[in-house]
Amino acid sequence: MPEATRKIRVQCEINGRIVSLEAHPMSRLLDVLREEAGLTGTKEGCGEGECGACSIEMDGALVNSCLVPLLQADGAKIRTIEGVADFAKLSAVQQAFLTHGGAQCGICTPGMILAALNLLSRNGHPTDSEIREGLSGNLCRCTGYTKIVESVVAACRSLRPGS
Amino acid sequence: MRSYVPGYEIEAPRTLSEALERIAREPGVWKPFAGGTDVMVLLEAGKLPHRRFLSIWKLPELRGISVTPEHVTLGALTTYSEIRRHEILAREFPLLCRAAAETGSVATQNRGTIGGNIANASPAADSPPALLVSDAELELISARGARWVPYQGFWKGYKQIAMREDELIGGIRLPREKSGWAHFYRKVGTRRAQAISKVCFAGAAHLDAGRIADVRIALGSVAPIVLRAVETEAILRGEKVSPAIVAAAQETLASEITPISDIRSTAHYRLRVAQNLLAEFCETFVA
Repeated sequence: MPEATRKIRVQCEINGRIVSLEAHPMSRLLDVLREEAGLTGTKEGCGEGECGACSIEMDGALVNSCLVPLLQADGAKIRTIEGVADFAKLSAVQQAFLTHGGAQCGICTPGMILAALNLLSRNGHPTDSEIREGLSGNLCRCTGYTKIVESVVAACRSLRPGS
Repeated sequence: MRSYVPGYEIEAPRTLSEALERIAREPGVWKPFAGGTDVMVLLEAGKLPHRRFLSIWKLPELRGISVTPEHVTLGALTTYSEIRRHEILAREFPLLCRAAAETGSVATQNRGTIGGNIANASPAADSPPALLVSDAELELISARGARWVPYQGFWKGYKQIAMREDELIGGIRLPREKSGWAHFYRKVGTRRAQAISKVCFAGAAHLDAGRIADVRIALGSVAPIVLRAVETEAILRGEKVSPAIVAAAQETLASEITPISDIRSTAHYRLRVAQNLLAEFCETFVA
């Protein structure tokens, strides 16, 4: 086994709180979030950037946390699924997933919701095909895509003024 | 199986000159690490033999897109998302924007960089065909200075590029003079999103009085490198598109590419699709 590198300490803002994390510099942000920060809402699916289960927002951009080494998270502003609801009040996207059956087994759900929120932050009125493209990096093995897209459409509608 | 993560080093130099001095002092020891969308996949698969990396992700000197009357220049760390959002690129280099949109998902496009795609040198990469067709030039930078080289010819063999160990890709320059050309880009994969290509085809042509006055064709996933099909171009150049010319071009293309059978497709299918895409490209010029 090769010699172990020294652990590093990075500081970042996770869900509005400044957090200091210690791990090996090449550790996947996914593992550090789950094991050091205790935020197990971010899931591991494929571990190679194909499935989107580990999607988070980093400095406002959707990223796969399995492909980010801890070193590159230093100073970053991170949002995980745990930071989406405002205490007990669900976000419109979360509520829509509940109402419209957008979650089945639940493993892809945190990533789907982050991808949907990120899409809506860039495009408040996405078309059906823009929704499908925005979520194309998030795989659902229950294949509940129709209900997932319907949930996002419903969330858009509920966010529109006057609704 | 995942690699032993504590065995890997990654450090972040604060400035570009610090990074260049480090790779000049210890050539071959430190490999640049940009958005990690290729490197981290190898780490997870236990197939990452190199152990020391320099994170260049936050170096501002390697970021941004600048425009002059002659060129659009992309910093090596320009992401696919940034390419897709750029108005002048969208207008004048639709092939590159299309390639960026066809690469992975939103999350991959936010982290994957054009310089990383070039340096990784995968024959199945989506942006190199578009860059080749655009006559792209690369800026290679080192502590000794900078040099510009044509992208055409930069690729020496499977995953082999003509770059010295103390060099980084600084930027990619696209000449704007071909902005009036007709464009064609098609990636054929297993599914429409998140698939690595079986065949990728980029073409551009300048038409004059119904004839193909000039033409560029490049293909991915049909050879050890992403290939400029110069012999096929020569068949088409100066010609009016006709069934006979298309057939001749298809025959030349078959001798120019060397597709293989692998996990994604077969040699036979790739050849057929490459020829069909060539015909589709040519047929867009029939009035």
